[in-house]
Amino acid sequence: MKRTPLYQVHESLNAKFTEFGGWEMPLQYSSIVKEHLSVRTNVGLFDLSHMGEFDVSGPGVNELVQKLSTNDIGRLTDGRVLYTLFCNETGGIVDDLLIYRRADDHYMLVVNAANIDKDLTWVETHNNAGTKVKDVSENTALIALQGPKSIEILNPFVPKRDVSEISFFRFVVDEIAGIPTTISRTGYTGEIGFELYVDASDAENLWNVLYPAVIEADGQPVGLGARDTLRLEAGLRLYGMDMDDDTNPFEVGLGKFVKSKGRQFIGKGALLAAKKKGIVKQMVGFQMLDRAVARAGYAVYQQGEHIGSVTSGAPSPSLKCNIGFASISSKITLEDEGIDIEVRGRLHSAKIVNLPFI
Amino acid sequence: MIPQNLKYMESHEWARQEGDIVTIGISDYAQSEIQDIVYVELPEVGTELTQKTEFGVIESVKAAFDLYAPVSGEVIEVNESLLDAPEQVNESPYDDGWFLKIKMTDPSELDALLDADGYQAHIEAEHA
Repeated sequence: MKRTPLYQVHESLNAKFTEFGGWEMPLQYSSIVKEHLSVRTNVGLFDLSHMGEFDVSGPGVNELVQKLSTNDIGRLTDGRVLYTLFCNETGGIVDDLLIYRRADDHYMLVVNAANIDKDLTWVETHNNAGTKVKDVSENTALIALQGPKSIEILNPFVPKRDVSEISFFRFVVDEIAGIPTTISRTGYTGEIGFELYVDASDAENLWNVLYPAVIEADGQPVGLGARDTLRLEAGLRLYGMDMDDDTNPFEVGLGKFVKSKGRQFIGKGALLAAKKKGIVKQMVGFQMLDRAVARAGYAVYQQGEHIGSVTSGAPSPSLKCNIGFASISSKITLEDEGIDIEVRGRLHSAKIVNLPFI
Repeated sequence: MIPQNLKYMESHEWARQEGDIVTIGISDYAQSEIQDIVYVELPEVGTELTQKTEFGVIESVKAAFDLYAPVSGEVIEVNESLLDAPEQVNESPYDDGWFLKIKMTDPSELDALLDADGYQAHIEAEHA
């Protein structure tokens, strides 16, 4: 298993580890619930260095990124971030990712850890104009600072600017306590926060700068356990759980990131055809009405009819009830919100609710 | 600390014998591994359990964990307070966090369980 540059830091904090996408990552340090709530009320510090980063630049870069993306990168200017999907020729999702525009011929793509090799091959396969595509994942560390106190924690270390002026889905290249950092106002928690990209050799330094301030602010280091419950409450899909190569964006409620007008991209034809034919699945949020926990893969019914399955599910530490996403038949009208989920052979009542949960 | 007066399963359930009644729960080690327990699904009074077979489930924030019966017998009491306060299993695994009282059908089944030292060795082996 691969380890991030912060592995020893996690070990010294007595983290429990888990395997995720081929990486040995901290699952939790104290308790998933405590870590989760500290992000909602104060602040949390995450090591996300398992995420993949590609540096893409040079001739043909705009055409390459544009043809791979369902979202329109023409909307980007320098210092802006775009959430997009890569789809295959049949419209299935290769990955969901962030695209950072560093200059008009220079982008950073941030991809899911488990998909680094697949995505790199995908980008290279379609690179026929000699664009420079560099997988810089190994040399790049990613530390996230998330929660209502992130601005006040970060500001003292960034003397040249007020980080509250970095808008959502914008980034700057600056220094944190002298460490060169790409400071990005993005996150996967539903809270205000930053994702901080540094050279792998600076990871421990940056962690050590932020960690005492986080603790001082009643915050905590946060593992992948709470990252999962935070993103679930925020209604954010996870590649590999809620979508895969055989799922199209419309089926998971990501149709708004497909921009077809006046542009070409891989999968466009298939996606338009699928839409014309009718989308057969839809993703909904649900809340259990009793104490049973619905987990990924559990079957979903309505009035005795099997209508789909749970893709992500967990207890919600903030709402103190059990929630999840389900992929169900598009024939189901959401006015009838009552569904049943099979938990260990017994049906338990749930209701469809709007996303996000919080 | 592993209480000396209990018997243990390799799957981390404990059993406390008082005559032919056995109280069962999970060990402190198990609760600290599972963490954040949000729900405990237990059988009803009158259910017949068979040693080493599943009788219930613990749900934590992260995952579900099956529970295995340390002895065979009839469930005569269920810790109903866990329904509203499952965190007792995390906070007090050997006392307030007990699950069931079972009327044993075969007290000799207890001999097949680990004693405290054996359980300690088992945890160390599992953790190594």
